[in-house]
Amino acid sequence: MSKYVNDLFIGGYSLLVGMAVTIINFFKPTVTLQYPHESLKMTPRYRGHVELIKDPETGTHRCIACGMCQKNCPSECITIKSKKIEGIKGKVLTEYRLDFTKCSLCGQCVENCKPNALQFSKEYNLASRRKEDFIFDLLKRLHPEGVPEPKPAEPKAESGDKKEKPVKEDNSS
Amino acid sequence: MEEFLRIITYIVCISAFVGANLAWLGWVERKGAGRLQRRTALKEVGPFGLLQPLADGLKLMSKQLHVPRDADRPLYMLAPVIAMVPMIMTFVVIPFNEGLVPRDFNMGLLVIFAFAALSVLALLLGGWASRNKYALISASRAVSQNIAYEIPMLLTAITVVMATGTMNLTEIVNQQAGTIIKWNFLRLDNSILMPVSFLIFFVCSVAETNRAPFDLGEAESELIAGFHTEYSGMGFGLFMMAEYGYILIGCCFTTILFLGGWHCPFGFYPGIHWFLIKTYFLIWVIVWIRWTFPRVTVWGLLNLSWMYLIPAALFNLILTGAFLKVF
Repeated sequence: MSKYVNDLFIGGYSLLVGMAVTIINFFKPTVTLQYPHESLKMTPRYRGHVELIKDPETGTHRCIACGMCQKNCPSECITIKSKKIEGIKGKVLTEYRLDFTKCSLCGQCVENCKPNALQFSKEYNLASRRKEDFIFDLLKRLHPEGVPEPKPAEPKAESGDKKEKPVKEDNSS
Repeated sequence: MEEFLRIITYIVCISAFVGANLAWLGWVERKGAGRLQRRTALKEVGPFGLLQPLADGLKLMSKQLHVPRDADRPLYMLAPVIAMVPMIMTFVVIPFNEGLVPRDFNMGLLVIFAFAALSVLALLLGGWASRNKYALISASRAVSQNIAYEIPMLLTAITVVMATGTMNLTEIVNQQAGTIIKWNFLRLDNSILMPVSFLIFFVCSVAETNRAPFDLGEAESELIAGFHTEYSGMGFGLFMMAEYGYILIGCCFTTILFLGGWHCPFGFYPGIHWFLIKTYFLIWVIVWIRWTFPRVTVWGLLNLSWMYLIPAALFNLILTGAFLKVF
């Protein structure tokens, strides 16, 4: 009999506690993220597909087309095309093709990039029905407004200087 | 002629009132569920998602009315109608305000119980005629549940009838005229257990409508959708609307019997607005309850009725009789 009465009152009290919990949350602000209209800023550690870094000084990439990323890629999803241009030191990148359908995001390309030209992008909104949509030209992606910056001697040479400077400093010190 | 016009006007107005409520109670439910879970819920269709019921209705009406091959066709088609029609019929005796009642007659309370009891028949027919094992299990559950909860509901209603001495709903409300202490759920001079009586009645009206946490009839995780598993399009829509209709009836009825109908708690400006405020508050409480508690088990459901509600209601009935005799 005492269990019967206990069940009644403790049960009833627990119901009231539950209702208090929900009514408190009723008046709290909502936490919904209206996804298509707004989206979260990805955290710095997020690994999207790789992308070329835009050097703020030169306004273009730092790639020297050495091909280390291509060689180190276990999935063989990177293809680099470059050419030699008169008057410019080193090779000039003409195409950086990333086949993201094969990429496993291991990060070997980023690890092995000597001039530090690669980074993980924060891109996570990738969806398509066509395979071709996942084969990016990272050079075009870096310069979407037009063909990759013209290849005159100045910008490339500047970036070449930038590359040499730290080396010289290292030597002097 | 005047009588004829009066009837037509009431038919149109009640159909409009009920129809609008059925559509937008769904909105209230979804919006309330969202807020209680700290979501925004509907917001895309119209301001605050207010046009969502229209979009839903259009979608349901454009769908094919599919009848399963082995179904009992006439009964299958009849069940949603039986769910819907008695629900609208009950509004004939609901007094919204002094004199604002389509048909004011002495057996109002009985009429509501008589028609509301038909909802079980609709569930049973729908579940039976679908020829689907889940629908059949659901129908048998719904029947046992409705029988279990009809008893305490009637017993508490009888205490009110004993206290007021009438079955005329307008008369019942008029006897509660005045401030909140004159309302039936606080009339401790009629029976010291009147608040308990109110609670029992409210719990039973939630259970009667097959709402969560008592929605064993359509327990999604066990029975797909229960008795309306096989219904598509507006067949399902009618069952859905009937459910909201019975919530509306239950809340109107509770307001009339226990919360003083159209009377103001502080004694001034009685009117239809107070009736609607109380009714919608109760509806909101039902939504609140639904999104707070998990579904009870069959055992727990029947136990609550037979072990707690019915003894309490019976005891309350006897106590009310004693109080009325003594005072």
